[in-house]
Amino acid sequence: MAGIAIEKLVKRYGQTQVVHGLDLNIQDGEFVVFVGPSGCGKSTTLRMIAGLEEIDGGTIAIGGRIVNRLEPKERNIAMVFQNYAIYPHMSVAENIAFGLYTAALDKAQKRRRVEEVAEVLGLTALLERRPSALSGGQRQRVAIGRAMVRDPAVFLFDEPLSNLDAQLRAQMRLEIKRLHQRLRTTIVFVTHDQVEAMTLADRIVVMRDGRILQVGAPMALYEKPADVFTARFIGSPTMNIVPARATAEAGSSSLQLGETPLAWSAALPTDVLVGVRPQELRVLEHGESADLVLSGSVAVVEPLGPETFVHVEAEGGLLLASAPARNPPAVGSAVRLGAAAAALHLFDAKSERAL
Amino acid sequence: MSATASPLSGRIEPGRILAWLLLFGGGLIMVTPLAFMFATSLKDSSEIYDLAFFPAHPTLDNYVAVLSDGRFLRWFANSFGIATAVTLSNVFFDSLVGYTLAKFQFRGRYLVFVAILSTLMIPTEMLVIPWYVMAKNFGWLDSYWGIMFPGMMTAFGTFLMKQFFETVPNDFLEAARVDGLGEFAIFWRIAMPLVTPALSALAIFTFLSNWTAFIWPLIVTTSKELYTLPVGLTSFAVEAQVQWELIMTGAALATLPTLTVFLLLQRYIVRGVVLAGLKG
Repeated sequence: MAGIAIEKLVKRYGQTQVVHGLDLNIQDGEFVVFVGPSGCGKSTTLRMIAGLEEIDGGTIAIGGRIVNRLEPKERNIAMVFQNYAIYPHMSVAENIAFGLYTAALDKAQKRRRVEEVAEVLGLTALLERRPSALSGGQRQRVAIGRAMVRDPAVFLFDEPLSNLDAQLRAQMRLEIKRLHQRLRTTIVFVTHDQVEAMTLADRIVVMRDGRILQVGAPMALYEKPADVFTARFIGSPTMNIVPARATAEAGSSSLQLGETPLAWSAALPTDVLVGVRPQELRVLEHGESADLVLSGSVAVVEPLGPETFVHVEAEGGLLLASAPARNPPAVGSAVRLGAAAAALHLFDAKSERAL
Repeated sequence: MSATASPLSGRIEPGRILAWLLLFGGGLIMVTPLAFMFATSLKDSSEIYDLAFFPAHPTLDNYVAVLSDGRFLRWFANSFGIATAVTLSNVFFDSLVGYTLAKFQFRGRYLVFVAILSTLMIPTEMLVIPWYVMAKNFGWLDSYWGIMFPGMMTAFGTFLMKQFFETVPNDFLEAARVDGLGEFAIFWRIAMPLVTPALSALAIFTFLSNWTAFIWPLIVTTSKELYTLPVGLTSFAVEAQVQWELIMTGAALATLPTLTVFLLLQRYIVRGVVLAGLKG
C-alpha cells in the first residue's frame, strides 16, 4: 500500500495545456474520487498516475518514490477501465491470471491466487466462461479481479461504472466500497457522476478545466462548497442559484431578495449569488413564514415517492423546491417558497467564489 | 386472407425473380468453364477437339499421367510452399506495420501510410521491371526467394490490418501495459487475437493470389524444378504439341486446394470481403 503525492502536475497536448499545476496528497489507504465534467482533466491525471500519459511538468510520487519516468508495470498499480478491457479471447480465469503476468509465481500458485480472488468477487462458478457469456456486472467484476489479483499498492478506476445500468451501478458501487473497506488499499477513482463521488469517497477532488477547485470530504463539499461550480456539481438535485443585490450597513449587509430584505451579519459585495438546495427550499403552508421567502407559480411537479419536487417560476428564474409528498401543489398554482438563512450559500457574483 | 406479400404468402416479387435470373446467369458463366475443365480432364486425347461437354469414354488416365509425372508434384509442392511462406509473412509483417500505424503516434506516421497506400496505385506490370532488376542485382533470379520477395509484404494487407487495428479499443492495450506486458507481447498476445477475422481474410486472399500467381514466377524462374504450378502447367502447352487434356487435368488438380479452402472457409472469406469493404 502507498500514498500518492502530486506536485505541480502539468499536461499539454501540443500548445494546449489541459492540466495546470495540480497539487494533491493522497494518504495511504485513502479512497479519493476525482469528479468533474468531461474534459476537466480528471482522466488525464489518472492516466498520468498510471504511467499511460507522459508528464510535462511536476512530479508524481507513489509510496514516496517519484514515478515520472517509470513504465506502468514498474509503478505497482492496477487499473480498471471504463469498458472493462477484459480480453474476449481468454476465459475469466485467464483474464484474472493475466494480472499476474509478471509475477514470479508458478502455475499452481497463480491458480490459487486466481481462485482466492474469484471467491471474494463471487466469480468461482464463472472461471471457465468467456467474457461474451457474462453480464456487464460480471465483466466489471472480472476487471476488478484482474486488478486485485496483483495485490497492488494503488488501484486506479477510470469511470468503471459508466457502462452499467442504474441498478447494476448501485450494486457495483456497494461492492467497490466493501472491497475498499476490506483491502484498505489506496484507490483513485474517476467519475463524472457526483452520486458515485459522494457515496464512495473518503475525499472528493472537484476538477474543472484542468484545475482542482476543491478537495474535501463529501459532506464538507456538500455543506461548504467553495464556489458556484462545486455547489451545483455536488448534491442532487442541483442547487438553486439566484442572483441578488446586497446593501452594506456598517459591517453587516442587507440582502435584497424575496418578500423582505434579509439581514446578513457580514459585509457583502453589491452583486451576489444566493444558493439554496432544493431540499432546503420548501413550499410554505398558508401563513407560514421563513427567513427567505420567494413567490412564484408551479410549472412542473415531480413525485419521487418519499419526496416530491416542484419546479417553480419565481423571482430569479426556475427554482426547484421540495413539497409535501402526499399533497403537492397543482401545476399553475401560486406558491410561496421558504428557506432558513442558515441554509443559504452566498457567492460573489463576479468571482463565483463562496463568501 | 391478407393480400400483403410476405415470405410465407407464396407470392414472389418480379424484382426478386429478375435478381435470381441474373444471379443464375452469372453463376452459369462462372461455373461453365470450370465444369468444362473437369469434363475435358476425363477425355482421352482423341476426344479433345470434339467439343461435346460430356466425354464419350470417361477415363482417369490423364490423372494417372499427370500425377505419375514427378514434375507436377514438384510444381504443386513449390506453389504450396511459396504460397504458405508468403501468407505467413504477410500475416505477420502486414499486421506488425498496420498495428504500428494504427496504434502509435510518431512523426511521419501519416507520410509512411500514404507512401504505402500509393503503391496500391501502381499496376503489377509496372513493378515487374524494377523487381527483375532488383532480383538480378541481388542474385535472386531463378530462386525461391526471387519468386517470393515481392509479395512478402503488401500495401493492401497493411491497409487492411491498419483499419482493423484501429477498431481495437486502446483500453485493451493499456490494460496489458499496466499488467506488465512489453510492446511486442501486447501486439502478439492481445492485439492479434482481437483481429482474427481480418487475419483469416488476409491469409485466405494472400494464399489464393499466390497459388494462382503466374506472371512474376514465369519471369523470374528459368529452371523447371522451380516452376510454380500455373507456370508449370503452361509447359504442357509448349512441349511438342499442346496437350490440352493434361493441361485441363493439371488445372483441375490445381483447383482442388483452392476449392477446398473456399468451401471450408467461405464464411471467413465473405466476412473478410464485407469487412474490408466496410472499413475501407
